[in-house]
Amino acid sequence: MALLQVDNLSISFGGLRAVDDFNLTIEKGELYGLIGPNGAGKTTVFNLLTGVYQPNEGLITLDGQNITGKSTIEINQCGIARTFQNIRLFKDLSVIDNVKVGLHNQYHYSFMDTMLRTGKYRRTEKEITEKACALLEVFGLQDEKDFLSSNLPYGKQRKLEIARALATNPKLLLLDEPAAGMNPNETGELMDTIAFVRKNFDMTILLIEHDMKLVSGICEKLTVLNFGRVLCQGKTSDVLNNPEVITAYLGE
Amino acid sequence: MLKKLSKTSRRDYITYGIVIAFYLIVQLFKVTGLLSSHMEGLLVPLTYYSLAAVSLNLTVGILGELSLGHAGFMCIGAFSASLFSVYTKGLLPGGLRFFIALLIGTILAAIFGFLIGIPVLRLKGDYLAIVTLAFGEIIKNILAAVYFGYDEAGLHISFKSFQLQGEGKMLINGAMGIQGTPTDSNFTIAVILLLLALVIIQHLIGSRDGRAIMSIRDNRIAAESVGINITKYKMLAFTISAAIAGSAGVLFSHNTSTLTATSTYFGYNVSIMILVYVVLGGIGNIRGSIIATTILYALPELLRGLNTYRMLIYSIVLIAIMLFNWAPKAIEWRKKNLSSIKGRFAK
Ligand SMILES: Nc1ncnc2c1ncn2[C@@H]1O[C@H](COP(=O)(O)OP(=O)(O)O)[C@@H](O)[C@H]1O
Ligand SMILES: [Mg+2]
Repeated sequence: MALLQVDNLSISFGGLRAVDDFNLTIEKGELYGLIGPNGAGKTTVFNLLTGVYQPNEGLITLDGQNITGKSTIEINQCGIARTFQNIRLFKDLSVIDNVKVGLHNQYHYSFMDTMLRTGKYRRTEKEITEKACALLEVFGLQDEKDFLSSNLPYGKQRKLEIARALATNPKLLLLDEPAAGMNPNETGELMDTIAFVRKNFDMTILLIEHDMKLVSGICEKLTVLNFGRVLCQGKTSDVLNNPEVITAYLGE
Repeated sequence: MLKKLSKTSRRDYITYGIVIAFYLIVQLFKVTGLLSSHMEGLLVPLTYYSLAAVSLNLTVGILGELSLGHAGFMCIGAFSASLFSVYTKGLLPGGLRFFIALLIGTILAAIFGFLIGIPVLRLKGDYLAIVTLAFGEIIKNILAAVYFGYDEAGLHISFKSFQLQGEGKMLINGAMGIQGTPTDSNFTIAVILLLLALVIIQHLIGSRDGRAIMSIRDNRIAAESVGINITKYKMLAFTISAAIAGSAGVLFSHNTSTLTATSTYFGYNVSIMILVYVVLGGIGNIRGSIIATTILYALPELLRGLNTYRMLIYSIVLIAIMLFNWAPKAIEWRKKNLSSIKGRFAK
């Protein structure tokens, strides 16, 4: 059974069919790329998958569970976490607190524990801190853990967003143009990190990328979106050699 | 010892320390007779406005929503607690009576905060500010117009003046408000309450609930994407904030024997004055709220002798505080200098 199964997903904004009859199947453990020119509807697909928008038609199934129509919060708890194309960090919180917010639903103590700072509060907070530090270390952010997140350089902000998403312990990770605005060095490093996350966290990843060269390096499967419709879908090498894709995408 | 404390809990302890030090200095002045009775009369008001300011800072600085109705919650706390105290005046000993009155005022304000929060917290920014302002005014105006009393026939409530039958008592007498509240509050009780409110707010900020609240403030969409229940945490912060404002109201009403719901005490101008304290003390800076309130509330009174220049000096201080808190250069300077001082302190 596929981890993510999307059938006939559609949404219109006014007269514009931003996503039209979209289908997608992602197996567990895959690193999948969603590509297409600007305005093709890629981010809208993410917003549909995470309940930010409700689809006009279609069905979304995660790990056998129908999640169509659920709220963003419920969908996160079902196991989808995401990053944003325009970075959305908690800018007045420290780097480590950003990750701790991601851990919110993994650890619990009561309001009374908070008010009285009980042993349970202290033990749990210690566990939260340790877990958050471990995640920051994966992304090489441990030395900046007490920085204000908005003071991080751009590339590290992107990494922090991934760390925060991972903290929610998802089954599927959605990355919206993670390399946008990065220089080639940073991009290379990021791709290594993504590969590392996939391997060490056993993570299934769906990744949006504007730059086709980049995805071809690490994704084994691709879906090309154009004007809201799937232009081509399949193994990376096949998709990149498809003449339709070449004209629609590379021709621009 | 200091090293073992995390940075945040050290910050919390400094705040408690400042409040306690201020209290002790005042006591010292009192004992040595240096405190004029006029100044002494300012101590409780100073503390309840500080309480109101930290509670508003929870809404404005931590939750990130602009509320202009905090005087309304104070009003609810003041009236409900006073009602209880007047009603039970001959029946309960002072300490117990005030304790229960405090609970009633705080809880009732919390309930109103919760109920008003349900519609209001769906609104954004300016709309939320305007609607909270309206709610505050409605509460004040209703309490300024209502007549409430009891007699042999039972309880009576009306917007029109009425005559009581036989044995009975008018508890809220329209625009005349509540007469004869026992003056149960004093500076010591007020400071204990302020410390309690500080513990509640700072413990909240240092918890997973507090982080959730601040994440909503910083980016609602991102908070949702990591599974934070937006409504729940907005309601939590707003309700606690209303409760603390209510307790400030209880202090207020038990500091004078006459309680009236006039604009001077409970109008939106009071909400705005408290907001000024919060903004000047630093939005989200709990300690700053107390310091700003103390300076700005006490200053005009201290300057009474300089009558002509009083408001001028006051305005200059306002501007100076604002610059110190918000000018980028000042922030930079403070960061550099204070962190080096703190560094030495920690070693
Ligand atoms: N909330 C919205 N309201 C109206 N139009 C929208 C909305 N979100 C996206 N769109 C439109 O949908 C199209 C696809 O946008 P988007 O998914 O952001 O593209 P991509 O991420 O592929 O660059 C664009 O034409 C965009 O203007
Ligand atoms: Mg996009």
